[in-house]
Amino acid sequence: MADQHIDAVELERGLRERARRIRRASLRMVHAARMGHPGGDLSSADILAVLYFHALRVDPARPKDPGRDRFVLSKGHASASLYATLAQAGFIPAGQLDSFMKPLSPLNGHPNRNEVPGVEANTGPLGHGLPVSVGMALAAKMDRADWRTFVLTGDGELQEGSNWEAIMSAAQFRLDNLTAIVDRNGLQQGNATESTMGLEPLPDRWRAFGWSVAEVDGHDVSELARTFDAVPFEAGRPSCVIARTHKGRGVSFIEDRVGWHHRVPTDEELAAALEELGGEVG
Amino acid sequence: MVAVANDSIGSSKLAEFERRFPERLVNVGIAEQNLVGVSAGLASAGKIPFTCGASCFLTGRALEQIKADLAYSRHNVKLCGMSSGMAYGELGPTHHSIEDLAWTRAIADLTVIVPADPRETAHAVRAAAALDGPVFLRISRMPVPEVHGAEQEFEVGRAIPLKDGSDLTIVAAGVTVSRALEAAKLLEEDGISAAVLNLSTIRPIDRDSIARAAARGPIVTVEEHTVQGGLGGAVAEVVVTSHPTRMRLLGVPGCFAPTGSPEFLLERFGLHPQGIRDAARSLVRG
Repeated sequence: MADQHIDAVELERGLRERARRIRRASLRMVHAARMGHPGGDLSSADILAVLYFHALRVDPARPKDPGRDRFVLSKGHASASLYATLAQAGFIPAGQLDSFMKPLSPLNGHPNRNEVPGVEANTGPLGHGLPVSVGMALAAKMDRADWRTFVLTGDGELQEGSNWEAIMSAAQFRLDNLTAIVDRNGLQQGNATESTMGLEPLPDRWRAFGWSVAEVDGHDVSELARTFDAVPFEAGRPSCVIARTHKGRGVSFIEDRVGWHHRVPTDEELAAALEELGGEVG
Repeated sequence: MVAVANDSIGSSKLAEFERRFPERLVNVGIAEQNLVGVSAGLASAGKIPFTCGASCFLTGRALEQIKADLAYSRHNVKLCGMSSGMAYGELGPTHHSIEDLAWTRAIADLTVIVPADPRETAHAVRAAAALDGPVFLRISRMPVPEVHGAEQEFEVGRAIPLKDGSDLTIVAAGVTVSRALEAAKLLEEDGISAAVLNLSTIRPIDRDSIARAAARGPIVTVEEHTVQGGLGGAVAEVVVTSHPTRMRLLGVPGCFAPTGSPEFLLERFGLHPQGIRDAARSLVRG
């Protein structure tokens, strides 16, 4: 019992450190490139940390292993956070992060599976990741393979109708090997989601489409870990994790501010942000 | 190999596939964006999807998915655009696919093939399966005669010269190929020697064959497609940059078709042997 408690504390501490490093690296990358989507990078950092350092069965030494779990970043504009995660996980060299969005760099503003080991789908236009993930999960079912598919969407992204075609089909095909995570940070480019094109009641909508839904604190790494450990929530149904997050989480002057969808931090802002985030260089 | 359809199992002629391989048929219902996205996902896990639907909806509704999830992602999906051109005739322009070549040939890394007859369609399907990368097969529905000999081989990217000629070349693809051959016969009666070239691969285009034809003389292109941006445009791009020569582009003249059967509409737009003959004659003599 005591051992389990210590393990849980260790797990939490380790994952929080991973997430911190993802945040630091993402902000550095966006600052150096003078372009990017820091708000959405920061809101996804904990989710990515728990996926890559706890839940996903992936091996950086074998990025094309047919038996690997698949992760699709459907909100492809959060590419800096994905690259930062892949670097920490050993899929790409950490030094390559400096090339983010530089001319001819494989680290494009949106991820490219043909250029970056560990990237599974060329996302960017919103609403593409879910259909592609359905196809992946379907292939696994056809092959009776036990690898899982995870996909992370934004919430504004769910305004695209193509998502709902995929959401319908995942339930129809009984894809309990598919888990969708929604980065529910409440904001999109111009404004709050609810004053633009409201998504609530979001959990009810997914349930109505035949998914099994859990709502979690998207910044509680332990809760995220427990939740991902529990998929599929129900046999025969795909799983949806609605992660309540804050856009720009981790930096006080970015958190929950609409203007930070694709705003680049100044030198001073970067320094202040890294100071707030704390930790070593990474 | 799997088949993916948008509720179109009957019209995509997949009933036999469904009977024999039910576990390999995926029906996504009336949802073309999901159709193409799911196909990309299946391909990423090693399947070879043949993805079928009416060409007008498959290309129009899911064009961005074709661009991003297939071409840019390099996913090994074979799109089968059924009932292309004006095959749906009386059902009207919403169901006509006379822009699909213009749309798809503009997308990098997408192979675009327009088979001319049943045998070439079978060859093209096999060639698409063997090719590594996304393919768009533009399938017709009108009955057409076989225009090739039984021994004719098919090679992606290679135009097939069906008839030699010295005065001009008629370049066609799909249902217009047999009509071009009929037109060439009529032109002989006028003392005009017309070559006929089956340009079954629109992308990557056989530049050499077109350049050779342009060096020989004028060119008439014939397509069941708008004259703006399709086969004619593709050929013109090569002609102008290799051996400029006079051309006539035959097809749907930049309008939506009125009500009519496919045969009626093709005739109305001059896409029958007599119409092709008239255009060729005026090009050579004019």
